[in-house]
Amino acid sequence: MNPRQFLNPWVLFGAAVLLTAAALHNDYYLTLINFIGIHTLLVVGLNLLMGYAGQISLGHAAFFGLGAYTSGILTATYGVDPWLAMLAGMLVCGLTAFLIGVPALKLRGYYLAMATLGFGIILYIVFNEAESWTGGPSGLTGIPDLSLFGFKLDTPKRLFLLIWPVLGGIMALSANLVDSRTGRALRALHEGEAAAQSLGVNTSRLKLMIFVWSALYASLAGSLYAHTLNFIAAASFGFMFSIKLVTMVVLGGMASIWGSFLGAAVLTVLPEMLTMFHDYEVIIFGVILMVVMIFLPRGLVRGIMDLWEFRRYKKEGGIIG
Amino acid sequence: MELASLLQYLISGLTNGAIYALIALGFVIIYHATTIINFAQGEMVMLGALCAISIYHHYPSLPVAFVGGVVLVTIVGILFERLALRPVRDPNPLTLIIITVGGAVFLKGVAMILWGKEAYSLPSFSGDTPFHLGGATLLPQNLWVMGLTALVLLALESFFRLTLTGKAMRACAYNPRAARLVGISQSRMVLLSFALAAALGAGAGILIAPLTLGVYDMGTMVGLKGFCAAILGGLGSSFGGVLGGLILGVAESLATGLISSGYRDAVAFFILLLVLFIRPQGLIRGGS
Repeated sequence: MNPRQFLNPWVLFGAAVLLTAAALHNDYYLTLINFIGIHTLLVVGLNLLMGYAGQISLGHAAFFGLGAYTSGILTATYGVDPWLAMLAGMLVCGLTAFLIGVPALKLRGYYLAMATLGFGIILYIVFNEAESWTGGPSGLTGIPDLSLFGFKLDTPKRLFLLIWPVLGGIMALSANLVDSRTGRALRALHEGEAAAQSLGVNTSRLKLMIFVWSALYASLAGSLYAHTLNFIAAASFGFMFSIKLVTMVVLGGMASIWGSFLGAAVLTVLPEMLTMFHDYEVIIFGVILMVVMIFLPRGLVRGIMDLWEFRRYKKEGGIIG
Repeated sequence: MELASLLQYLISGLTNGAIYALIALGFVIIYHATTIINFAQGEMVMLGALCAISIYHHYPSLPVAFVGGVVLVTIVGILFERLALRPVRDPNPLTLIIITVGGAVFLKGVAMILWGKEAYSLPSFSGDTPFHLGGATLLPQNLWVMGLTALVLLALESFFRLTLTGKAMRACAYNPRAARLVGISQSRMVLLSFALAAALGAGAGILIAPLTLGVYDMGTMVGLKGFCAAILGGLGSSFGGVLGGLILGVAESLATGLISSGYRDAVAFFILLLVLFIRPQGLIRGGS
């Protein structure tokens, strides 16, 4: 293996995961890192939809919730095997995404945003109101731990060893998808739907496929979330969480798999750090949201790179065009 | 359902509908001037209600509280446009959506610090002696809401049709470049649209406060429903927005009576989805 192959981001990613598992024993940090993983899974899916296909979803938390509740209800109430329940969740989510996607993806811009928002809020209300199934606002308890090869995944570290390799696989899969013929068709769709159509891309089928695909990721994330916390409540799947996911995508950078990870990491850790401000936490979060969008609308990575370029140009006395 | 309860639902539906209509108008005005959807619009409703309540506690006069509340929130709307939206360098819809949501989160957080989490009441504008109307009760406040909303609509329509500034705002909405060529300052019109929308939202909040109480987190849902109403009306037309608001209010109120109150909030969004899927241009084709 030549040395450059060691610098491959996937190798680094794998090494970082192994290193973290070996070195980190603090349950709080491991749990936080597990949540980063779950959020990254959601954001990678949403980024496929937003960054590559150019479609907005303001209701992605609904798919996350659908996966979580399917897993939770099937395992806690009916005692179904967790892995089977996870598959059932993906089936439910994929089907729902298909049914909503067929009419919704004909819409554009604000109308699509509004349709997905409406769908998200309706499901949120259902999660809250269907108390006999979901436990309503007080939540669904008693969701069992996952187990793998006879090992109960009941500690943050064991969950870490499930979540992160799964995430690595999903990210690799997504990167492959993006580099494939489908990925190129997606980018063509983002640049201009008419142009993509004229090149022979079946744009409505492609949009639907990506929508369902991202819903499947969200469902998987939801199931993992349910088994991580052993408890779910409707409040985790509301409008604000959908917005937070969109913000993670934009913050990390549209159309970037690694950016998704960065966006999810920043917005998962930030609220934890802000808890020391107590009531001011929300205000600070709102301000950060606005300031980042005003000054770094292309995301953290590209934004900081832009600023750096700008400074270098200035130093060299070059012309900024 | 018997006639009396039907009438009762109609009364409360039209009252809420009038509120949604005022909020929808705020969305439509801002959308016309900027093509921005201002998700902070609902927070203006909340701020209007809470500011008026606070003023009333210091100086118990309803007219003063009303005007004071509207003025304060208008200033907030102007500041929001100046500080959060004017500096945006890359005005694509997604960036703007996130900024206005950030603004909403911020305003809600500020309200939580200033007023805490409890709900406050504002006395009705002219007592609580109900009228009886075919077996249904009609509160004076219901009449205030509907009457003042109608008055505001009339005033707004004449502003847009008769005054120079109103005409300039409409010109900006039809064709920004042509408007600039004849010497209309677009940035002033944008600022004005945010001020107007904030004032409308605040007015809606103060009108509804005696019926529903004012609390720091009342804005989000009512704002989203106002937006549903605007979309229902085609997002481009004031008349459509008002009609959308009234339809939404009545449908919601009837559904509460017929189905269950728990799913009340879902009705608006269900109607929204139906309209988007079946008739995406809205009930009334927009002006743009």
